[in-house]
Amino acid sequence: MKKKDSKYILFMLPAILISASVVVLPGINTIYSSFTDWNGFAAKKNFIGLANYISLFQDKYFWIALKNNLIWMALFLTVPVVIGMGVALLLLNRKKGRNMLQMIMLIPYVLAPVVTAMIWKNIIYSPTSGLLQFINQMDLGFVLKTPLTSKNFGLIAVAAVDIWHFWSYLMIIYLASLRQVSEDQVEAAKLDGANAFQRFRYVYYPNIRPTVRLMQIMIVIFSFLAFDYVQLMTQGGPAHYTEVLSTLAYSAAFSERKIGMASSISIVMSFFGLIASVVYMKLSRGEERD
Amino acid sequence: MKRKKRTAIFQWIIIALLIFIVLFPLYLVVINAFKPHADIVTNPISFPKSAFLDNFSKAWRTAGFSRGFFNSIRLVVTTALIVLAASAFAGYALGTKRFTGKGLLLSYFLLAMTIPVQLFLFPLYGVFAKLDLIGNIYAVSFVIAAINIPLAVMLMRTFFVGVPMQLEESAMLDGANTRQILFQIIFPCVKPGFITVAVIVILNAWNEYLISSTFLQGEKNFTATLGYLSLNGGSVTFDQGMKMAGSLIIVIPILIFFLSLQRYVVDGLTAGSVKE
Repeated sequence: MKKKDSKYILFMLPAILISASVVVLPGINTIYSSFTDWNGFAAKKNFIGLANYISLFQDKYFWIALKNNLIWMALFLTVPVVIGMGVALLLLNRKKGRNMLQMIMLIPYVLAPVVTAMIWKNIIYSPTSGLLQFINQMDLGFVLKTPLTSKNFGLIAVAAVDIWHFWSYLMIIYLASLRQVSEDQVEAAKLDGANAFQRFRYVYYPNIRPTVRLMQIMIVIFSFLAFDYVQLMTQGGPAHYTEVLSTLAYSAAFSERKIGMASSISIVMSFFGLIASVVYMKLSRGEERD
Repeated sequence: MKRKKRTAIFQWIIIALLIFIVLFPLYLVVINAFKPHADIVTNPISFPKSAFLDNFSKAWRTAGFSRGFFNSIRLVVTTALIVLAASAFAGYALGTKRFTGKGLLLSYFLLAMTIPVQLFLFPLYGVFAKLDLIGNIYAVSFVIAAINIPLAVMLMRTFFVGVPMQLEESAMLDGANTRQILFQIIFPCVKPGFITVAVIVILNAWNEYLISSTFLQGEKNFTATLGYLSLNGGSVTFDQGMKMAGSLIIVIPILIFFLSLQRYVVDGLTAGSVKE
């Protein structure tokens, strides 16, 4: 006998109030600011309608940034997913040493983005001292330039560091999910003569599909929010080649003092995330009911 | 049988390769932290000839780590306390009770987990500037707490769901009030939940970059992470040995934290994300 009791909403109040004061109210302010020419200081905000959005869509750097977010998404939907799933499957039947391996692989994930970004920037990618410069010293007949200042490879070099940091998170999630697949089903498939690939395709994968899908959606959302590694390693440079939406918004706000413009970029970013979030919510609520 | 053996060897090669990729950058940090800059330029992958410890004292001073670690600890502890208090009550209500608006609140917290910081950062900066809170560690804790609360509530909720209802009912029959029931019976049952949430929030707050770099201006307010970042600016940029020593100094505490509590880290990462 459960009865509805409205006093329990009181238990929710601290969480709701903290979240609302930091996220919801300023969030509404951002939506409004995106239709104004606010510079962040002036008391007055002039309503300028869609002007920010129109000049944003005419700005070629916006399109470069959006393209880079899409490249980022494509990279993250494939590279860490394949590596993470592959390693999870390898560790699944290796009970000896599994915890140890899992622990080592998680180390990059628990380090701060600031730390992993700086380690790579300094000791791997640096053109004056570090691994790259050391390879060049060996006179192998080619000279490696630092990828961070390259028009074509800058973004990939930054994403590589984030993938180095992130892939083991997916591996942990996949492994936890794979371990819940009933061994009876797997044994039955083995008796039927299913090989390793068939066992994955017809037994494991259908069981873990909700988790895999959830992770794909999370990756889509976070691809539009990517900020730390780009800001730390290239700041969107050189010449905006590695710009993503969040770094574009950040420099519009804090370097150019165009809060209205920055807000409109945030709204565009949030819009892409929101589409994915709605899908994500539908899926997770749907599965909770099962 | 032979084929099986070959596959096993092949699998170990893949695992070994990945472990190498994971550890090699960290290996470079460790060995180069003990070398003067000139030796790193000559060969960054060789062992140090002798332990060159100047890097550490120089990094410690330049990054202001004494103050940085103190500020980080204040930031992290405050954040964790706010998040634990708010998410314990919310998780209890969402996990064990039925009430009007529950579905809506669940949806809100799910959605809030994925809201971009940039959606509220700029107006919030304006508010902070107006209230003279730029550089205030506790105010920044509050913001980081707010960002972590949705995830913490959902995590906590999964722990409360597992608490048997009879426990609460029989205590109520014995005449215990709500406060006694919560603090003496229910909360002790979900101790692992508190630890898991604390561990995840501490990691998130310790590693946070966007909020803290925006709001914690002025060197005296730097966290350890921001102090470490300052090793890469201005005139000190060239001393690779010092930067590696600084990296080692900042990696070690978090590594110890992770290795000693790794069960809770893994629990916290997987709970809620693994769909059955």
